[in-house]
Amino acid sequence: MSNVNYFLTEEQQMIVDLARQITRDKIIPVRARLDETEEFPWDIMKDLAQADLFGLYIPEEYGGLGGGCFENCLAVEQMAYGCIAITTTFAASALGGYPICLYGTDEQKAKYLPDIAAGKRLVAFGLTEAGAGSDAAAIKTTAVEDGDYWVLNGTKQWITSGGEAEIYTIIAMTDKAKGARGASAFIVEKGDEGFNFGKKERKMGLRASSTRELVFSDCRIPKDRLLGKRGQGFIIAMRTLDLARPGIGAIAVGLSQAALDESVVYARQRVQFGQPIISFQAIQHMLADMATYIEASRALVYAVARTIDAGAKNFSKLSAMAKLFPTDVAMKVTTDAVQILGGYGYMKDYPVEKMMRDAKILQIYEGTNQIQKNVIGQALNKEYARK
Amino acid sequence: MDIVVCIKQVPDAASVKWDHKTGTLIRDGVQSVINPFDYNAIEAALSLRDELGGKVTAVTMGPPQAQDAIREAMSMGVDHGVVISDRAFAGADTLATTYTLSRAIRKLGSVDAVFCGKQAIDGDTAQVGPGLAVRLGLPCVTCVGEMEIMEGGAGLRVKRMCEQGYDVVEVGFPVLLTVLASLNTPRVPSLKGKMRARKADIPLWSAEDIGAQKDKIGLAGSPTKVFSTHIPKFEARREMLPGTAEEQVDALVDKLKEAGII
Repeated sequence: MSNVNYFLTEEQQMIVDLARQITRDKIIPVRARLDETEEFPWDIMKDLAQADLFGLYIPEEYGGLGGGCFENCLAVEQMAYGCIAITTTFAASALGGYPICLYGTDEQKAKYLPDIAAGKRLVAFGLTEAGAGSDAAAIKTTAVEDGDYWVLNGTKQWITSGGEAEIYTIIAMTDKAKGARGASAFIVEKGDEGFNFGKKERKMGLRASSTRELVFSDCRIPKDRLLGKRGQGFIIAMRTLDLARPGIGAIAVGLSQAALDESVVYARQRVQFGQPIISFQAIQHMLADMATYIEASRALVYAVARTIDAGAKNFSKLSAMAKLFPTDVAMKVTTDAVQILGGYGYMKDYPVEKMMRDAKILQIYEGTNQIQKNVIGQALNKEYARK
Repeated sequence: MDIVVCIKQVPDAASVKWDHKTGTLIRDGVQSVINPFDYNAIEAALSLRDELGGKVTAVTMGPPQAQDAIREAMSMGVDHGVVISDRAFAGADTLATTYTLSRAIRKLGSVDAVFCGKQAIDGDTAQVGPGLAVRLGLPCVTCVGEMEIMEGGAGLRVKRMCEQGYDVVEVGFPVLLTVLASLNTPRVPSLKGKMRARKADIPLWSAEDIGAQKDKIGLAGSPTKVFSTHIPKFEARREMLPGTAEEQVDALVDKLKEAGII
């Protein structure tokens, strides 16, 4: 039986093979334990660093591999097959690193990107606050100029790799009166004066990833930590998220594929009424839907990622689609996987219950799926107004 | 540091099948992989290089396809590799193999450390490492389970694992070590390593290239003669013991005594 040919280059196939090898040998054997203990996956981060994967999207001149959105998608899809908590920890570093890559000065790039590419320092991205989620423009963290410094005050919430990462890209208000245009982006380092961490959150899924508050109390950082121009913060955040969203779609595809594989293997060996349950049409149709939705998700993610890498200018709608559809599919597919495994599926002895718990976050983080629909709907409104 | 690591391609144990008529392995369609212990040898060589500097060269004897094994070693960070490949090497036992490997390693030039896996999982002899040490005139420590570099890089302090404990051995360079799986965790390959390995020129050295004497290589150089091979049959008998737990235990003890086990 043929697989869909996505016409990967030799180098892209190498990325897939390597990420798959790490997933098989390093991630899958420890995922249940890390889910139970909520332990941060440092060992695996070291393996991913050794494998050069943290440098996938970083230009070669800074020690990276110069890959694009597509290469990143290929890597995270394979990792997510093993565990999306570990994959999210990896992907969050790219989310924090993209703004430096895209908007950093030469000095900022030279200072931070080589360490990020080598996986020596993890990065985190800080936008969300208690009162500013989907309404990202409502952020209250402020940055005030004071001589040669910026002084940050406020609290960021639910920041992935908070406390573990050493470099933080933070969005803060520099001109409150200007609303969204009054936000700016900053690089903050662990250890900066006045920068502290709140408690580690306890989560339904994604438990091996670390989620914490970032607390800024008169946090003084040098002037040259401003990222991009003053007032550009919101644009930087939106552009970063647009670029990262197909990656979330790819994580969803990897997770869904794992849930399908578990389901088919189980359905072929589980005997009821004297025959394997896969011989029942009820099960077959569920598996058929799962497989078809997954392939459609993968095709969408790959096509959008390649469109972005080909230099598309305004791709908010496409990247929203590449996040929306695969993540809804992942929720459905993992739920059906638990259904197919029945009572066993609900037990922690089998991996599908974790997959289902983990899947839910995909519909929420990096913009809820309702927000993705807003983005798509607003884009349609604009497109048709021009016709 | 000039470091050499000897590796071997073996049939993938997960996919091996037997020909029950001839009592041999069916090699057709079976994937070749690097011998598991050799990954630990590679890691030991790389970690020594990372600490003390220098280069690591991987050496293997086999058909030209063994270049794949060298490429995999290079994707983990090995600097160079060479395949010793010649039809004249076919049928080599461990005596001929150690001769052939020693010729190739001498051709590489000076060497400070040679790492081998404890044994290959196909032949299981564990003879090639020590045999090679004799050929090269190097001190040899087998079954290394722990290794640390002595102060100033003067040598290695290793634990040689024995059946009922371990010996701590301090040894200077040059040295040959055979290593156990417990020594380390082999690193994952890197993307840059894979790309470099793909493009790398991996030479194939013939018997002539290494200046080997014809009567010392391959079948001609192998005193080991295999008269027959067979596949052991595993036959288990099962017997359910009736009665109470006490009766069952008594019956079991009687049976074990009868069989001479206790």
